[in-house]
Amino acid sequence: MPNETNLVAALIEKDRQTLLTGWLDAQKRYGRQRDTTNAAANTEQARQFLDQLRRGAASGQFDTITGSDWAGMRELLEDLSRALVAEGFSPTDTAMFVFSIKEPLFEMLRRELGKDAAKVADLSWAVTRLVDRLGLFTIECYAATREEMIGRQQQELLELSTPVVQLWDGILALPLIGTLDSARTQIVMESLLERIVTSGAEIAIIDITGVPTVDTLVAQHLIKTISAARLMGADCVLSGIRPQIAQTIVHLGLELNVISKATMADALGLALRRTGKVIVDRARLAETRGTDARSNDPDRRAARE
Amino acid sequence: MSEIPIMRIGDCLLVSIQVDMHDRLAMALQDDLTQRIVADRARGVMIDISALEIVDSFIGRMLNNIAAMSRVLDAVTVVVGMRPAVAITLVELGMSLSGVRTALNVDKGLAAIRSIVDNPEDEDARQDPDARRKY
Repeated sequence: MPNETNLVAALIEKDRQTLLTGWLDAQKRYGRQRDTTNAAANTEQARQFLDQLRRGAASGQFDTITGSDWAGMRELLEDLSRALVAEGFSPTDTAMFVFSIKEPLFEMLRRELGKDAAKVADLSWAVTRLVDRLGLFTIECYAATREEMIGRQQQELLELSTPVVQLWDGILALPLIGTLDSARTQIVMESLLERIVTSGAEIAIIDITGVPTVDTLVAQHLIKTISAARLMGADCVLSGIRPQIAQTIVHLGLELNVISKATMADALGLALRRTGKVIVDRARLAETRGTDARSNDPDRRAARE
Repeated sequence: MSEIPIMRIGDCLLVSIQVDMHDRLAMALQDDLTQRIVADRARGVMIDISALEIVDSFIGRMLNNIAAMSRVLDAVTVVVGMRPAVAITLVELGMSLSGVRTALNVDKGLAAIRSIVDNPEDEDARQDPDARRKY
């Protein structure tokens, strides 16, 4: 029906200004208002929308918007939905933005072709199908933008929550927060192994204080991390095991085959002993050394001077 | 066919694997190494795999075999220089090389062999997981 579609395009071209004001008015009545700062941008986008609508309608493709004639329109709707996501619009408001053009379009058809009722009905149906398609496309873009945003946030969360801390020469700590799934285990493993290489650490303390539950899957992921660290020549110590988790591990019959300590402090003590370091109270050190040692104590010497 | 050189450092043997392993090369290495352990009365064997970017189950099994053979000849095997990506791959393959000792680099590997050879009781204590907890 090339004649009719061209007719629609011609009508849009002719009644452009009326359509624009009618549409902006309809948007005000149906959807959520955009911020006043974006009102100018909104008008501009509406104008571009009408331009693209005319171009697409002139091509005669009312049942598909995947062709090259609709490329400009698709790009415009993608930009628009991205902007609406950023402004916090709901899916309904976003769809309403497009659907609200139906009213001025139908009014236009009735006004221009009022005498020919059959033609008005035919064209209204064609325009409805087209606008529905455009609206659904906008919603799809909206959802895609949201998913992209969620994916990016997930990635950021993963990277944020897996720091590897150097506690001492040759001692690394890996405080795990949150549930361990396969994707996180992979990242945890990679960052731990990289740090083992760069720092030459021999002991890694894996602290699971922040892990809410340990089931067989989490245990398996822990074992994998521990095995990988061992292959790189670093021993692992597990710490921060809460009483309930100790019970769960036994009830599930999990065999972690790793040295475990209740607290990070105990684990650090063990790691220091293993690397040949000693932690001594100053007072006791002074007692055992006697007066000779006392005179060599840098703090006391400084006080005397 | 290229041959993998075996170098001697004190009473340790150092094997540096730089080329892709295949069956015949692995067999030849096992032959050479066992002969050298006996001939040199070596107490430790270091296998440097820092040049390997890909380690498959075949090489994993070969490392396990070498470790087992050395153990029979009373020598300690330490695999050194494994890359992080290789470690992750081996773990995903389910090969944690539990019979093999590991160290980050040749330096630490040598120190590990020294400490094991010099304190045999300590070695027993470390191998027994129950005894390990007493540390």
